[in-house]
Amino acid sequence: MRRCIYINDSDLTLDLYCDNRISNRKYTLLNFLPKNLWEQFSRFMNKYFLLIACLQLWPLITPVNPASTWGPLIFIFAVSATKEAWDDYNRYLSDKQANEKEVWVVKQGTRTRVQAQNIRVGNIVWLRENDEVPCDLVLIGTSDPQGVCFVETAALDGETDLKTRVIPSACAGITSELLHRIKGVIECPYPDKDIRRFDANIRLFPPFIENDLCPLTINNTLLQSCYLRNTEWACGVAVYTGNETKLGMSRGIPEPKLTAVDAMIDKLTGAIFLFQLVVVIVLGIAGNVWKDTEARKKWYVQYPNESPWYEFVVIPLRFELLCSIMIPISIKVSLDLVKSLYAKFIDWDEEMYDPDSGTHAHATNTGISEDLGQVEYILTDKTGTLTENKMIFRRCCINGVYYGNETGDALKDVELLRAVGCNCPEVIKFLTIMAVCNTVVPLKSKNGEVCYKAQSQDEEALVLAAGRLHMVLVDKTGNMLQVKFNALTLQYEILDTLEFTSDRKRMSVVVKDCQSGKIILLLKGADEAILPCACSGQQIRTFVEAVEQYSQLGLRTLCLAWRELTQDEYHEWSLLFKEASGTLVDREWKIAEVCQRLERDLEILGITAIEDRLQDGVPETIDILRRAGINFWMLTGDKQNTAIQIALSCNFISPEPKGQLLLIHGKTEEEVSRSLERVLLTMRITTSEPKDVAFVVDGWALEMTLKHHREAFTQLALLSRTAICCRVTPSQKAQLVELLKRCDYRTLAIGDGGNDVRMIQMADIGVGISGREGQQAARAADYSIGKFRFLKRLILVHGRYSYNRTAFLSQYSFYKSLLVCFIQIFFSFISGVSGTSLFNSVSLMAYNVFYTSIPVLMNVLDKDLHEKTVMQHAQILYYCQAGRLLNPSTFAGWFGRSLFHISTLSKRAKKAKKEHS
Amino acid sequence: MNSNGATSSVSSGPNEASRRNSKRPKYSKFTQQELPACKPLLTPGWVITAFTLIGVVFVPIGVASLLGSRDVVEIVYRYESECIPQSFSDKKLEFIQSSETNKTCTRTLTVPKHMKAPVFVYYQLDNFYQNHRRYVKNRSDKQLRDKKSERTTALCTPEATLNGSPIVPCGLIAWSLFNDTYQFSRNDNGRLLSVNKTNISWKSDRDNKFGKDVYPKNFQSGRLIGGAKLDPNKSLSEQEDLIVWMRTAALPTFRKLYGRIEADLLANEKITVKIENNYNTYSFGGKKKLVLSTTGWLGGKNDFLGIAYLLVGGLCFFMALLFMIVYLAKPRPLGDPSYLSWNRNPSGL
Repeated sequence: MRRCIYINDSDLTLDLYCDNRISNRKYTLLNFLPKNLWEQFSRFMNKYFLLIACLQLWPLITPVNPASTWGPLIFIFAVSATKEAWDDYNRYLSDKQANEKEVWVVKQGTRTRVQAQNIRVGNIVWLRENDEVPCDLVLIGTSDPQGVCFVETAALDGETDLKTRVIPSACAGITSELLHRIKGVIECPYPDKDIRRFDANIRLFPPFIENDLCPLTINNTLLQSCYLRNTEWACGVAVYTGNETKLGMSRGIPEPKLTAVDAMIDKLTGAIFLFQLVVVIVLGIAGNVWKDTEARKKWYVQYPNESPWYEFVVIPLRFELLCSIMIPISIKVSLDLVKSLYAKFIDWDEEMYDPDSGTHAHATNTGISEDLGQVEYILTDKTGTLTENKMIFRRCCINGVYYGNETGDALKDVELLRAVGCNCPEVIKFLTIMAVCNTVVPLKSKNGEVCYKAQSQDEEALVLAAGRLHMVLVDKTGNMLQVKFNALTLQYEILDTLEFTSDRKRMSVVVKDCQSGKIILLLKGADEAILPCACSGQQIRTFVEAVEQYSQLGLRTLCLAWRELTQDEYHEWSLLFKEASGTLVDREWKIAEVCQRLERDLEILGITAIEDRLQDGVPETIDILRRAGINFWMLTGDKQNTAIQIALSCNFISPEPKGQLLLIHGKTEEEVSRSLERVLLTMRITTSEPKDVAFVVDGWALEMTLKHHREAFTQLALLSRTAICCRVTPSQKAQLVELLKRCDYRTLAIGDGGNDVRMIQMADIGVGISGREGQQAARAADYSIGKFRFLKRLILVHGRYSYNRTAFLSQYSFYKSLLVCFIQIFFSFISGVSGTSLFNSVSLMAYNVFYTSIPVLMNVLDKDLHEKTVMQHAQILYYCQAGRLLNPSTFAGWFGRSLFHISTLSKRAKKAKKEHS
Repeated sequence: MNSNGATSSVSSGPNEASRRNSKRPKYSKFTQQELPACKPLLTPGWVITAFTLIGVVFVPIGVASLLGSRDVVEIVYRYESECIPQSFSDKKLEFIQSSETNKTCTRTLTVPKHMKAPVFVYYQLDNFYQNHRRYVKNRSDKQLRDKKSERTTALCTPEATLNGSPIVPCGLIAWSLFNDTYQFSRNDNGRLLSVNKTNISWKSDRDNKFGKDVYPKNFQSGRLIGGAKLDPNKSLSEQEDLIVWMRTAALPTFRKLYGRIEADLLANEKITVKIENNYNTYSFGGKKKLVLSTTGWLGGKNDFLGIAYLLVGGLCFFMALLFMIVYLAKPRPLGDPSYLSWNRNPSGL
């Protein structure tokens, strides 16, 4: 399950792995035609049309010129083939450009320039500043003496902030000349697509540090398509090349989503197909009977007495061809066309342009706009989606003393400033954790100011707040960290960083105070992850109360803790940690287990409270969408109280007495199940009352209910229009979406962060907010918008119009082809059921294309109601949700309409034609 | 908060502002879906007014076209059974197929009303399927148009060739050309009423579809004789009876123009018709009719248009009345959200 890469040793690895030729192409020149045709013909509709077109080549049965079917068919095929070919050609060009780009590679101990496609696994690649990384590399040297370099990963994950990458410790201190001759082996897993994980080991051969196995993480890699920034040079060993890189592996076409409208159209097409078969069989039999009884009497027709054996299928096949237009060949083309226009309208919409971030709405998936108009459930993330994700430090509680309660801003609290001024040790420790326990990178700008690069908004807020309280994080180079407190400069050596994961819900650093030489564990995290680990003697009641109080104000709380370690304890643990970091399988879980050993007996210092303001227009948006009959569920990783407070402030739930919150909680499985039953009962009773009832469930209770009481929970979900799920993990979010989808609800998931990606991909419609937590959600989503408030326009205006237009267009397409088909059928009754076509090929084609397709496409500009009217009376969306414009009964209406039109037309024609011929 | 804003602007750089502006979607009425559009709300007032208006417009049109149709004078005379002598009344087929029998039959028609010239003479066939698939395709347009392509007779089987040389015009349609003839004379003075048989076909057919240098060849000289013969010395574009016949009728009952009488026929005048009853409709029970008709501003005699207008107009008046009654008796509040969905009750929100 692993590959061994011998660094810089062309004999050992040369031919084992593929070269670095990138190929995103689907076709080659030779296989384009067969492969593309094969793909197109894998669709049922296309097979059907091909069969019809082939039958038309038989002149005995064809009612019209075969060109009238072959023409459009070839046109449609040519259009999609050209599109594919064009896309593929562009891919080829960009591949070629990437493949032929010249890079510096070490060959036989000297640096030479080779084309990027000739890089082999094990080669050492040198990069200059602003170079694009040609393949996945393990960093072994940089221009920075500490072995740090910066990369921009925008092409990989969409995040625009610079990320730091470091060389593995084994490679520290190797001069650039020696790097040319470095030898060693890298053990790494088979290529996968996880861009957040790289669990590997490196071992260098003599004369370098011998036999020292050094773990590698994603922080030691430079992945393909990233850019090297702010670093003069860097070099690395190629580990994955060509299409086996992380980027290459994660490429792939996501499963296409089928809208409810499309599913309905497919169903109706099937029904029409059956109807067609019935017509063909009935008319075919009638035709054969008429031929044998009547046509033989007509001397002018001169029916031969002897006929070939296939005579009996001729008339049915003629009718099959006559009726083949019942399924309009144009429907797919016109639907694709209008759908891409809907998507363009979303992209173009000025009112969904967010001037703050300069982003406009974007429809990545062009095929599902109709579904927006049929949404029944919206599952929303809280942080960054409903709120701005602009974190501001507001209050804190240090050692039982509340700061910032009077002014609402702890930074202006005189008491706190005084406490800082008089070096109160608890407060100093508190500030130290705020400034040190993080992964923030301070960058010095030219005029001497320090600014911070942070991946987490909370951390940035804490560091900034600490800076305002005179504990300024000045510099972080390698393992050394400098903090300026008043005039004093404190130095810390970072020994280990125990990273944040959503399971652990805490992060910590082990630092060595360079002044006193003490080793300290600094910890911050969610209260429920830290308070249980408090040392036995400590009173944690005050902290629990503080957390309670802050979360009632809708503030995000973090618990800060501290522990001094003895040398021996640290060294003992350090070995374990190293071993865990070096494992290739289940590394994350093993590390978490090791960390658990250290993070105990903590001295809790206090609680920080960070404010995250609501975005503009959130309450109004939720209000309008709820009036439109859409149910809202809030899924958040945050605490229950915070979630409820935010929910109250954005109209999500109503305050008492109008609203009522039902809590599902409990420590054990039984308690949870009893609580669930109680809630379900209350919910059943109150459904008749005009009351806003919402249920609240936390992650643990949710896990229990989903595992053991799925039925009951599903019933609850059906009854409740509002729900708040707090403390849920990304996979639970996805599970909830799946649960609602199972009940045949149209779901829309909206979120902004990486933890929402699974939910977004799972839902019928995924909406990403291109927010401050990076672009991950927006890239995975079908639609990306700048602000939550644009959701109402996306659904009520674009979704509704799209649904209305598609409903009309698809049914009209069937109507017009049924109309012309019924004419042919009626005509067959007066032409001796012989399968004569009333129309010639040209008129038939003109009817299909010029009279009924192109003019009807104009309905993409159709508006039944003004946008303002829709916004004011959002209830109108009920009509779309219930699918009242496209369902079997409306289709039957169109069917009947075409029948009625035909019967009047043919009566009229019969009467009129008697007159003159 | 201020410091926070400062950091983010430092990281984004100075060219961000210009890039933002270029990203902003371009405004146009089309992209913003602001092109004028409206859909009238069908309120009771609107509906009732619209129906009344349609009624007001349609009824007079209907009356006018009905009157126009009534002005047209039409004489229809069905002769396919009357022109069989008594002795052959049981063996009609034998009569028509025999070459010995005398097929001339003379009848007298009475003109009911004054008929202004030109009086159009039609023959009408019933139960004759000119639109049968086997029949309607049995022709070669190329051959009819162009002398050089007289050999393109692929579609014409079984009337394509005679002993290897092509038949012109080929195919079943030409082969089954109608061959009854009519001769008219006034009863009182016995003077012949001449029938003008020129310009009875479509001009485009004469000029473009039937060649001026294409002459009949091998026509009706096979074993089976279908209908009329053609003068081999006249080009196809001059054979107007053929041109009229070859423009196939869409329905099994059809009239075709035979000629024009360019003289007024007086009311109650008696006219003698000498019919050569040659065409075989007896094997399939078809009817044959002779039609004399004048034209009005709407064309021939056809009450349908007037009736249709009157019917629709009347129906609209009726609907207007009905909606009015419904509206007055049981008005429905406009914009009631409970009509938006059938399976949910929005008022319970």
